[in-house]
Amino acid sequence: MKSRVTPYLQSAPAMLWLGLFFIVPLVAIVSISLMTGNPIDGYTLTWNFSIFPEVLDQYSPQLGRSFLYGGISTLLALVAMYPVAYWIAFHGGRWKSLFLFLLLLPFLVSFIIRILTWQFILSDEGLVLGTLKSLGLIGDDAHILSTPTAVITGLTYDALPWMALPIYVALEKIDRDLVEAAGDLYASGYQQFRRVILPLSAPGVYAGILLVGITNIGDYLSAQILGGPNTTMIGNIIQTQYVQNGDYPVASALSLMLMLALLVCVFVYARVFGTRTIQEYS
Amino acid sequence: MRETAKDLRNDPAWIRGMTQPRLSRRQVLKGAAGAFAGLGLAQFIAACGLPGTKDTGWEEGFDWNAWWKEQKQHDELNIASWPLYIDTENGRHPSLERFSKKTGIDVKYSPVIQDNASFFSQISPVLQNGQSIGYDVIVMSNGWQLTQLMQNRWLIPLDHSRLPNFRKYAGTVATDLGYDPDLTYCAVWQAGATAIAYDERQIDGPVDSLEILFDPKYKGKVGMLSDPDELGTVGLLALGIEPETSTYSDWKKSAELLTRQRDQGIVRQYYDNGYIKALQDGDLAVTQAYSGDIFQANNAGYPHLKFVIPKEGGVLWRDNSVIPYHAANPVDALEWINFYYDPEIQAIIEDWVNYISPVPAAKPIIANQLDDPAVADSPLIFPSEEELARLKEYPMTETLETHEEWVGLFDPIIQS
Amino acid sequence: MAGRGTPDTARPVRARPWTRFVLPTYVFAVMAYTLVPIAVMIVYTFNKAPNQRLTFSWHGFTTEWYSKLFQVQDLTQALFHSLEVAVISSIIATALGTPAAMALARRKFRGRGLIDLVVVTNLTAPTVVVGASLLGFFIALSVPRGLLTILIAHVAFNVAIVIIVVQARVSGLDESLEEAAADLGAPPWVAFWKVTMPLILPGIFSAFLLSFALSIDDYIITSFVAGQTLTFPLWVAGAVKVGIPPQVFVMGTLIFVSGVLIALASLVLQRWGDHGDTVRT
Repeated sequence: MKSRVTPYLQSAPAMLWLGLFFIVPLVAIVSISLMTGNPIDGYTLTWNFSIFPEVLDQYSPQLGRSFLYGGISTLLALVAMYPVAYWIAFHGGRWKSLFLFLLLLPFLVSFIIRILTWQFILSDEGLVLGTLKSLGLIGDDAHILSTPTAVITGLTYDALPWMALPIYVALEKIDRDLVEAAGDLYASGYQQFRRVILPLSAPGVYAGILLVGITNIGDYLSAQILGGPNTTMIGNIIQTQYVQNGDYPVASALSLMLMLALLVCVFVYARVFGTRTIQEYS
Repeated sequence: MRETAKDLRNDPAWIRGMTQPRLSRRQVLKGAAGAFAGLGLAQFIAACGLPGTKDTGWEEGFDWNAWWKEQKQHDELNIASWPLYIDTENGRHPSLERFSKKTGIDVKYSPVIQDNASFFSQISPVLQNGQSIGYDVIVMSNGWQLTQLMQNRWLIPLDHSRLPNFRKYAGTVATDLGYDPDLTYCAVWQAGATAIAYDERQIDGPVDSLEILFDPKYKGKVGMLSDPDELGTVGLLALGIEPETSTYSDWKKSAELLTRQRDQGIVRQYYDNGYIKALQDGDLAVTQAYSGDIFQANNAGYPHLKFVIPKEGGVLWRDNSVIPYHAANPVDALEWINFYYDPEIQAIIEDWVNYISPVPAAKPIIANQLDDPAVADSPLIFPSEEELARLKEYPMTETLETHEEWVGLFDPIIQS
Repeated sequence: MAGRGTPDTARPVRARPWTRFVLPTYVFAVMAYTLVPIAVMIVYTFNKAPNQRLTFSWHGFTTEWYSKLFQVQDLTQALFHSLEVAVISSIIATALGTPAAMALARRKFRGRGLIDLVVVTNLTAPTVVVGASLLGFFIALSVPRGLLTILIAHVAFNVAIVIIVVQARVSGLDESLEEAAADLGAPPWVAFWKVTMPLILPGIFSAFLLSFALSIDDYIITSFVAGQTLTFPLWVAGAVKVGIPPQVFVMGTLIFVSGVLIALASLVLQRWGDHGDTVRT
């Protein structure tokens, strides 16, 4: 039938593109991070490995914070969206796709517009706080913007569809007969869920967590627009170092460390929780 | 069927899986091959290194007078500026249209500059390569990026003989430049003052001192700017230090003051321009602010926001039209600069932009011919001599070392 | 062969009060929550704006911004840039990714693991890192940054998305259909075009839409590689500092509305695809 060479030919164009415009730049980052110099005299490769501990030392608060905010927002998104995905998959009936689209609809609008409206919604006398204050539920001094809460809210909000999708896909694939069989074996509704549905949906959950976690940990826009002092994330630092300070080695070293940290998490995760490729469930 | 998590720990298969070596020999070899390839690639890229900016500008001693004599008008002009920084009516720019009509020059106006640092990072590699950035006039604020442009000799010196309007009408705002005292490169487009803005509804009584920014009474409702130049300078002013003659130990004192302010929780956030929204929304009681923003806010339904230059002083910054090296149409650029220094044209522009005008003669024109006393009489647009006297400039950091010292002190406060 | 049953027609999980009332209410609450910013946006497109800059204080109702939609030339140009890049990069990404997805879904071949790794790395790489590395790459090679570099970057991240989506679709297909066509004398190419292609078309279309959406909305990567060219998100982010014109919200609203329409159309297409899927031998 098809020759043995076909799959290579089929994947070649995509791989070439990714190889040239993704892999090579990443490798270049490794190289740049080991350079020393300044904008005036230029940079040369000096195998300056000491930049890694230096950078880690200086920016460990931001790195830690990124993982913290990323982690919390991921967890929140998970808790919020699992029931939604579950309901659509199991009780959506004929309108499943419609509900799914309704869920994804707001994310058609440019992300920047959404964040701006959040700025307004969360402002001190805005929709949320204004109402709460006039009801006397919180003090007049309370503010959400410029606090970690605002940043995490922004991160969680953007994560919702990305968390819902993989979970939904995984739940969709579950053979209903299995659930039914469990019921026939005297499992209560709750038990059906806990022992059949939940574990079978695990790959979707893991995919969602990875997708959302990685995006959120590396994010900088939420922190920039909704955050305040002491909410700076590693993404902000990388952006500043690259664009404003032009300090390429530091920025590259930071990028590399972020990426390695994430890859380590991914592999540990995949190792401990299952070896199926993430692809199948995202 | 998949076991639930609880059972896995007792599952012999799982235990086996977890304890056995995961990598087969082939995988290790593949991994090693990959790593070597990667490193080899890195070496290859590294051999090129990243070039610096030294000696990439025009040569010292170049005879610009002779060069200018040879240049001709090409009837084309490319301007890069900031968004919403030129008169706009229904999507058109009347001042530019009048310019085209008068000189026959076809103008392309690109409001692509959103902040000095990111714009500079875009054009710097191009200039480094000795190529044109595609613009004949760019508008840069005074600061480290403009300093670098000047020091790298990436700007074309202006031919003032072709700028009669500048000579006749430019006010001290345009001629008294600490960063370019001989007016070699810069023709001010607009200027602005950075000082204090406060919400009348939240703060009683006259506000006339920088102390209010450091007052714990307004904890969590004070805004500061995230530009290290602005932040560092306000610290110096608050300590009564003249920015233009300040030294490194002065800067350290400023940093200490600002760090204390932050640690006390007084600062709500360090804003680039977003403070105006926060102020409008009532999230801030007082903040560092730019004059133009407050003027526009007053007109947009927020008359309770007041701008004041405190007794310790404020900062006068300028946005300068400069001609980048390798610009294709330098004569046309000069024509434009000369054109907008004409008071009548400046009046049109100023009436819309609402920052500080470099042409005092535009004031009566706005008051009478354009019938806009709100703009003409505003001290935010035509400040008095006394007010101008209280405005200082940022300390100039003239070398990479001093710049890094400055930034090294204030960046950590902004981005903790 | 045990019937898997499409979920639509399967016997539902037993309904109980928990699932009948609490859950649906929660779900709709969440959906409403996601729509709050959109609602705010739509409301403020009808707000008068004295300075031609969007303000959140209410000045009165007007529909003028809809008629003056293209007045801010640079915004309009930025929007067109975004659309151009989105369409072209999605087409290229789909063209590159679909064959790769087919190869990955169908056959086991030696390079497979490596390709999987590259795709996963691409998806999981933080956008800041991808953007920054591409910028460094273009600088080192003196490639001028503009529409072309934006396009290149967008194709790069979209290809991985396309591969994932199409692969999921292809792996759900019954290969026996193609084999049947072959048995009936159709050469492989014809079998592909006439049998497989229509079946995976909805998947390809979804992949295209997804990459389109991601491309139009991309901020971080684009901000690094765009040079002075502006796309819609970049323009808006820049204009935020001086005040965005109301047209921005109007455009957002229109994009939202057209998204709804396209989504509905795609829904209809998907239903056609589903019918093809469940043909039983």
